[in-house]
Amino acid sequence: MVNLKINDQNVSVPKGTTVLEAAKKMNINIPTLCNHDDLCVAGNCRVCVVEQTGARTLIAACAMPVSEGMDIHTNTLKVRNARKHIVELLLSEHRSDCTKCYKNQKCELQALANEFAFGDTIFLDLVEDHHYTIDRSSPSFIKDDSKCIRCQRCVRTCSELQYISAISVSNKGAHQKISSFSNKPMSHVVCTNCGQCVNRCPTGALVEKTYIDQVWDAIYDPDKHVVVQTAPAVRVALGEDLGYDPGERVTGKMVNALRQLGFNSVLDTDFTADLTIMEEGTELLVRLKKALVDGDKNVSLPMFTSCSPGWIKFIEHKYPEFLPNLSTCKSPQQMFGALAKTFYAKRRNIDPSKIVSVSVMPCTAKKFEADRPEMRSSGFKDVDFVLTTRELAIMIKQAGIDFRNIEVAKYDSVMGDSTGAAVIFGATGGVMEAALRTAYEIVTGHEVPFGNLNITPVRGMDGVKEATIKIAGCVDDWKFLEGAELKVAIAHGLVNANKIMKLVKAGKAPYHFVEVMACPGGCIGGGGQPIPTNMQIRKNRMAAIYSEDEHMVLRKSHENPDVIAIYKEFLENPNSHKSHELLHTHYVERENY
Amino acid sequence: MYQVGNLVKELSDKHGRQRDSLMPILQGIVEKHNYLTDEAMVEVAKELDISAAEVYGTASFYTFLDTQARGKYVIRICKTITCSMKGKIEIIQTLEDMLKIKVGETTADNNFSLIETNCIGWCHKAPAMLINEIPYTELTPEKVVDIIEGYMLK
Repeated sequence: MVNLKINDQNVSVPKGTTVLEAAKKMNINIPTLCNHDDLCVAGNCRVCVVEQTGARTLIAACAMPVSEGMDIHTNTLKVRNARKHIVELLLSEHRSDCTKCYKNQKCELQALANEFAFGDTIFLDLVEDHHYTIDRSSPSFIKDDSKCIRCQRCVRTCSELQYISAISVSNKGAHQKISSFSNKPMSHVVCTNCGQCVNRCPTGALVEKTYIDQVWDAIYDPDKHVVVQTAPAVRVALGEDLGYDPGERVTGKMVNALRQLGFNSVLDTDFTADLTIMEEGTELLVRLKKALVDGDKNVSLPMFTSCSPGWIKFIEHKYPEFLPNLSTCKSPQQMFGALAKTFYAKRRNIDPSKIVSVSVMPCTAKKFEADRPEMRSSGFKDVDFVLTTRELAIMIKQAGIDFRNIEVAKYDSVMGDSTGAAVIFGATGGVMEAALRTAYEIVTGHEVPFGNLNITPVRGMDGVKEATIKIAGCVDDWKFLEGAELKVAIAHGLVNANKIMKLVKAGKAPYHFVEVMACPGGCIGGGGQPIPTNMQIRKNRMAAIYSEDEHMVLRKSHENPDVIAIYKEFLENPNSHKSHELLHTHYVERENY
Repeated sequence: MYQVGNLVKELSDKHGRQRDSLMPILQGIVEKHNYLTDEAMVEVAKELDISAAEVYGTASFYTFLDTQARGKYVIRICKTITCSMKGKIEIIQTLEDMLKIKVGETTADNNFSLIETNCIGWCHKAPAMLINEIPYTELTPEKVVDIIEGYMLK
């Protein structure tokens, strides 16, 4: 242990602790900007400077490890003046059109400016001299360099969490900026649109591209029938932007709020998550049969899940030779979109050209996914507009809904029913667990051998998880799997996905089935989720997801009555011709820069 | 544009494929071709298994790792204070008149590029310029005419 004094109070902390962490432990607040719990120390913004007795200069609390006998003062006049100047210098190069900014009131730089209560500043405003550019090329997010303070949270996110480094620091001095390769438009580079950088940007330099106005226009167009679907992870995080603590489930209130916003039908992506399990589970079993019984050497195993559009784009850019290993299943969002303008339109007797299909997602990559040219199998754009969890919270506020005090409500029927298996899609390991619950039962006729259906080995926050399920008691059709060991792996965060891909590429991966989610923690930690997101918040949301699952009556996808009905009335069988037309897709190879 | 695949492989074999070989590899390409094309940077990223944005970030940090197309002879004239005081402006004027280009431009025949650079360490013999790797010091307009005519005849 190391003994030191902060603001004249004694404290003992383990060796290697930073001054910032030690102060936090004592409930002493030191402001930060470039620092983020999920990322390595950068120490570049200098907002966290403190005074150390005997030191020549101020030190950055985030980067300085404690040492024996240190005497730190966090709030002297010298410190306050330095911080004020640091914030003023950042502001001198930052376009401060705060009232018109998408991040107004949600900006960490603005909060600091507020704390230091500026009047006149002694520094020149350099914004006009910089000729900043705004990149709107991605359908998912906007990169506005005039708001950037070069804290490099985005750069660290893209490199440390996602192993992509689509953006890096370029040039130097006054010309330093955050650039893609050769300053190409973000839509032309290796960016997966995951939005993890958007979630971590302290200012308005990286924000989601919002479609709120388009959705309001559709809602108020009397000619349009507007359907909305909500992803599993939204219900356990939306509350955070509306005054609730992380991990509160607000499913029923969210449904009611969506109805009050004016959506004609409030439906659930969970329905198509269950459908995904039927399609993807069947696809896996067919691949296994081809490989094991027919001895077909061309079968691509392991099979990878395909729900996460960030992961899809990652593999398209970085490992295109493994595209055949991806399940051909569309994501639940896109399955829903394709069915909304076909099956749903038919059932409700609505002209599909009059349907506007909106989805609420924890994700910015879903905006890109909805724009993919492959995603028009209904004959229209299957999903018209994608909103993030954050955008839905904004709409609820715009509509003046008293979220805390509204009643809970239930989803509409026809594509509104769901199971616990679908809910857990929102957490890393969830798709795997849901698939196992169903596939195991199809093959053996009885439930997975885990207490209360909770397949705990595939749960939790480990970056790469592995599990082996021994298959016993097969029904006649699947006798060839008797005694077989199904090997699965799960990765979340693309840095972990890359670890698995390296094994696969080296021919050293023993797996049959691999689940990958682009974001840390899975969708609960998605780029479109409330800000901040960090490990503790992800854990709270994850606990809420599993609690939601436990509270469902039905917890296996194949028992979803809407799913049973849609196969009977419309799709016939999993992987049928009709299914392939509407629910399956293909992928494209992309450049790796 | 120039073909660079084999050169990048040769340089990677020579210097190794670890991250700290990035600088010598980029320098090796510039030595041969005077600047880095997008294609060259993508090749380097592939060889070293790092991101192309990172290669670009490194290249753009260093003035001498040019990412813009440059001529056969890159004239870098020092823009810092000593050279300015010792007559840099006349030197630039002479160069611009001779080459019929402005600072930042390349001649139509792709033979000369004229750019400014930060201090090159020849303050005691200012004003100074570099043509590719070779320094020319204590410049006068007359001296510059002779030097450039020499290059034009090469």
